[in-house]
Amino acid sequence: MATKDTTPVHELRPTTQELRIPERFIPTPTIEPGHNFATITDHISTIVLRRKTPFGWFFGLLISLGLVGLLTFTISFLIGKGVGIFGINHPVGWGMDIINFVWWIGIGHAGTLISAILLLLRQQWRTSINRFAEAMTLFAVASAGLYPALHTGRPWYDWWMFPYPNTMGLWPQFRSPLMWDVFAVSTYATVSALFWYVGLIPDLATLRDRATKLWVKRIYGAFALGWRGSAKHWYRYEYAYLLLAGLSTPLVLSVHTIVSFDFAVAQLPGWHATFFPPYFVAGAVFAGFAMVLTLAIPARKFFKLEDFITTKHLENMGKVMLATGLIVAYAYAMEWFYGLYSGNVFEIYMLKNRALGPYKHMYAALWICNGLAPQLMWFKKCRTSPFWLFITAMFVNVGMWLERFVIIPASLHRDFLVSSWGMYHGTKWDWSMFIGSIGLFFALLFLFVRFLPMISIFEMRTLVPEAHVHAHAEGEEH
Amino acid sequence: MAQIFHRSANTLSRVTIFGAVFIAGFVLWVIGGIVRSPYFTNQGIQREQIVPFSHQHHVAGLGIDCRYCHQSVEVSSFAGIPPTSTCMNCHAQIWTNASMLEPVRASFKSGKPLVWSRVHRLPDFVHFKHDIHINKGIGCASCHGRVDRMNLMYQASPLTMSWCINCHRAPEKQIRPRSEVFNMGYVAKNQEADGPRLVKEYGVKSLTSCSTCHY
Repeated sequence: MATKDTTPVHELRPTTQELRIPERFIPTPTIEPGHNFATITDHISTIVLRRKTPFGWFFGLLISLGLVGLLTFTISFLIGKGVGIFGINHPVGWGMDIINFVWWIGIGHAGTLISAILLLLRQQWRTSINRFAEAMTLFAVASAGLYPALHTGRPWYDWWMFPYPNTMGLWPQFRSPLMWDVFAVSTYATVSALFWYVGLIPDLATLRDRATKLWVKRIYGAFALGWRGSAKHWYRYEYAYLLLAGLSTPLVLSVHTIVSFDFAVAQLPGWHATFFPPYFVAGAVFAGFAMVLTLAIPARKFFKLEDFITTKHLENMGKVMLATGLIVAYAYAMEWFYGLYSGNVFEIYMLKNRALGPYKHMYAALWICNGLAPQLMWFKKCRTSPFWLFITAMFVNVGMWLERFVIIPASLHRDFLVSSWGMYHGTKWDWSMFIGSIGLFFALLFLFVRFLPMISIFEMRTLVPEAHVHAHAEGEEH
Repeated sequence: MAQIFHRSANTLSRVTIFGAVFIAGFVLWVIGGIVRSPYFTNQGIQREQIVPFSHQHHVAGLGIDCRYCHQSVEVSSFAGIPPTSTCMNCHAQIWTNASMLEPVRASFKSGKPLVWSRVHRLPDFVHFKHDIHINKGIGCASCHGRVDRMNLMYQASPLTMSWCINCHRAPEKQIRPRSEVFNMGYVAKNQEADGPRLVKEYGVKSLTSCSTCHY
């Protein structure tokens, strides 16, 4: 096997500019031309194995780890002091903990959607972004998981959330959506991790074979579980992967549906609405694709992966963002219809309070970020420009956080009894926890891009012409 | 290509992967066992006391009623630990020189109560009331066991929440006639018929809401 240190492949490939074909006639490919099996393997695996770790990576990791330190400090303080350090109190019992939880878990949805649903729909463009998106999902779920675990105030009793035969003679309340949440999120984390790992096995074997140091070989080898790439292995692998894709497909819909039940089942104006499940699922996919774009655009630039994550990928993600963004905006509009059509004084007041109450700026910003900004994606120029995509994605990231803020504290703070109205503000601990969880997410991501192939090597190989030679040879009588 | 692992790695990996499931199961099983064991519940552990008071001798041997010492059991949440003067009602006359009873006499002289070491200890977040249980036909022995057979006092029941709530869910299985509450050796003749009848007669409800016992 060729293991030479080559100059980055994208600098060697033939350019299309010399052909002088008007650009609009050239279809955007899912992989730039000029690649073969070897160049793909080289290009992706050198990031992990050969290339010198760039300074920027250390810099980024250091900052992220610093934020993880902040998170650890916050959690220690939280465990010492209790949830009183957060801004929650009567009447707002759910604050930034739940906002951040829903925000993170929503972000996680892109990974499963890309890896499972797009796999089943045979969308080729998923191939170069699925690994990355799955990793992002896992890390987002890890960040999300912190919040429900810690917001209980006594995290050392968190295992009480699981049903097991205990000396209290009690089972958890199976009729509560919060209980379903425990199952939904833990199932989601397990299946996502499994899906990600199974997809990594052939690539781990590639890294094992291409590593030069024995201990590196051993580490990758241990995780490759003895993969030799025999026909039997591939047969079983494809089956397992397909089964896992089938398993995770319903999860894309179920997890955020159940998260939405946390609200929809409660009888609070602003929460108690039947459109919540589809609204939340669309919002999750919306947020997830925004986050994939937020990460993929700098990453492809930094690691020179423009050949693999092409404009086509970015454009498609932009389209998904537009579609889901429109669903979300529709839901915002429907909220008004439901409220007004109900004729219920509390529902109508909730809407008035949203638009004109103390959190009106948040609500206006929400419409700008999630309603207005994605409209840029109607224009091909914006859809194909990494700059505008990045800007839109950032708007959506912020907008989706605002959405949860508007849903949670802005609905809770003024309910049925005027005497119990109040205000909610996150304390510095709320914010340090949030910023810390972003740090955790990025720290994991930095480690991932350094130690694992961020693009699926073997799946990329299936995209190049070499992979189709056999089929052509049969059909065309060579 | 050279092998990077010894052949034994195959077996090792299989054992690890399949073993992990059993090891995890085993660990959980052990933990489940420990929290139900006397190590956690203190069930059946005799406590050393300042005076080795024998319930067996006083209850079974002499036939003293529970309420002679635990006076407030029918009217208060607390059954009552007798003051030294209760002991001295008899021990001023008998065993007046026994060295075993020296702390009792000392306590009586000085007026400083005897410090017993507590056997039945419920957590602070639980409120238990003796009177309601006694008045609704739950026998002393139902929870405390055959005290008349205990040399030194020990906790006969595990006192776990599941133990409490099992009876709260089905009081008809433990209830007895009020007249038999202090009878240590009561054996129900036909609990299946008497149980539901007494539950109805005494107006016993199956109280399992959290705030029945917790604040």
